Amino acid sequence: MPEWLLITLLILAKLGLVFFVLLTLAAYLVLAERKILGRMQLRPGPNRVGPFGLMQPLADVIKLLTKEDFIPDQADKWLFMLAPGLAAVTALLTFAVVPFGPPLTLFGHEVPLVVCDLNIGVLFFLGLSSLAVYGMTLGGWASNSKYALLGAIRGLSQLISYELSMGLALVPVVMLARSFSLNDIVMAQADVPFALVNPLAFLIFLISIVAESKRIPFDLPEAENELVAGFHTEYSGMRFGLFFVGEYINLIILGSMLTVFFLGGWMGPFLPGIVWFSIKVLLVCFFFIWVRGTLPRLRYDQLMHFGWKILLPLSLLNVILTGAFLLWRQG
Amino acid sequence: MNIWRDIKGTIQPFWITLRNMFRPTVTIQYPEQRAEISPRYRGRLILTRDPDGQERCVACHLCSAACPVDCISMQATEGEDGRRYAAWFRINFSRCIFCGLCTEACPTLAIQVTGDFELANRNPLETVWEKEELLVDHCGQEPDYNFYRHAGIGVVAGRGENPGEDKPVDVRDLMP
Repeated sequence: MPEWLLITLLILAKLGLVFFVLLTLAAYLVLAERKILGRMQLRPGPNRVGPFGLMQPLADVIKLLTKEDFIPDQADKWLFMLAPGLAAVTALLTFAVVPFGPPLTLFGHEVPLVVCDLNIGVLFFLGLSSLAVYGMTLGGWASNSKYALLGAIRGLSQLISYELSMGLALVPVVMLARSFSLNDIVMAQADVPFALVNPLAFLIFLISIVAESKRIPFDLPEAENELVAGFHTEYSGMRFGLFFVGEYINLIILGSMLTVFFLGGWMGPFLPGIVWFSIKVLLVCFFFIWVRGTLPRLRYDQLMHFGWKILLPLSLLNVILTGAFLLWRQG
Repeated sequence: MNIWRDIKGTIQPFWITLRNMFRPTVTIQYPEQRAEISPRYRGRLILTRDPDGQERCVACHLCSAACPVDCISMQATEGEDGRRYAAWFRINFSRCIFCGLCTEACPTLAIQVTGDFELANRNPLETVWEKEELLVDHCGQEPDYNFYRHAGIGVVAGRGENPGEDKPVDVRDLMP
């Protein structure tokens, strides 16, 4: 077998695997969220479809696929049809740079367990998370409905505000690891994860990704009791489903980013790297669900004040302090 | 300091939700499990009979007058023995709000509530119940009461033969 064919096949296999696992995980994350939220509210959650409701995601997909795909008369048709795909694809693409395990040796080749080890992985992640704003904003704008537009505007300003502190919280990580590549960042945490080295950056990043995922307590863009459903008010059928799946894929992506940047990625004792990675990501996802079951939604001005007056100065200060610390240690 | 209170108020709910997650659920899995219904539950309406097995309803229209959503309708008629009854009696259960005001208005305790609440139906017309479906063969929650024994003069018993009723006065007699 020629060399290039083997490499292409390996990359395709990795792609297929990641795609399949990610979509399945996103579907079951919906079920897990409903179950866990249910248990927190003293009810069992979905338990009718299959044993313990395990077939519920399948039933949901069938329901979404067979529902009418409605496009409002006054909507901007092409943008309206494009936006959900944009939301889902940008979420999926980010996973390309996530290292989910230590390099594997197959057929005498060393296969890195990452779809594409970019040397600017951090920037790729930041760029795609900025691009994810488009799916939501265009969807809300193209719906030509006041609720969708309000949701889109809120989401736009919220995501841009919190992206700042998210990016700034990553600067200390890059400074500590001396690399933009996610693989190198994981390698740099072999001894001690960055969450312990720089807890302030960890906290800021955690809060920012909760805001970035548009979930409670930062779910202003879709605030059900103010804006019907926010930016996806006018969507139905599988287009709504794409927004929905995109949100949960985004959740997994952000969870794995937190794992890679601060929790030591696939590093861990005894168990193989990919298991450690999955455990950490699922724990972060559980934390997201836990937050949703616990905290109320912020008011919009509180959200903006918190982002601009607290998180941003703190993250700037953190960058300076980390820089000073690194300089001092080099001496 | 206020900020400590705020931080505490943010952390504490996490513990509460986590603790609740491991408590048993309170859900009743309805078709398999059933809630125990209170004896005074206000469910589907029935038309009861008196202890003699006769219809209690005298078609006085008080229930339909009391009904806030006008779901009860009937046609009054009278038997040869002077006993009034409803020629037809109809309750539209898709309108009924199960307030029980009809049972409070009923002077003969004919219309009563039951614990049955399973009235769902695919055809809304089938939620309109006629007299044949409403009428039951028991006294409901008032096993002893018989309206005509107390108030219906000379209908189920001769004059002066009901419990607590005096013999008719001889109007030509001067004695009390």
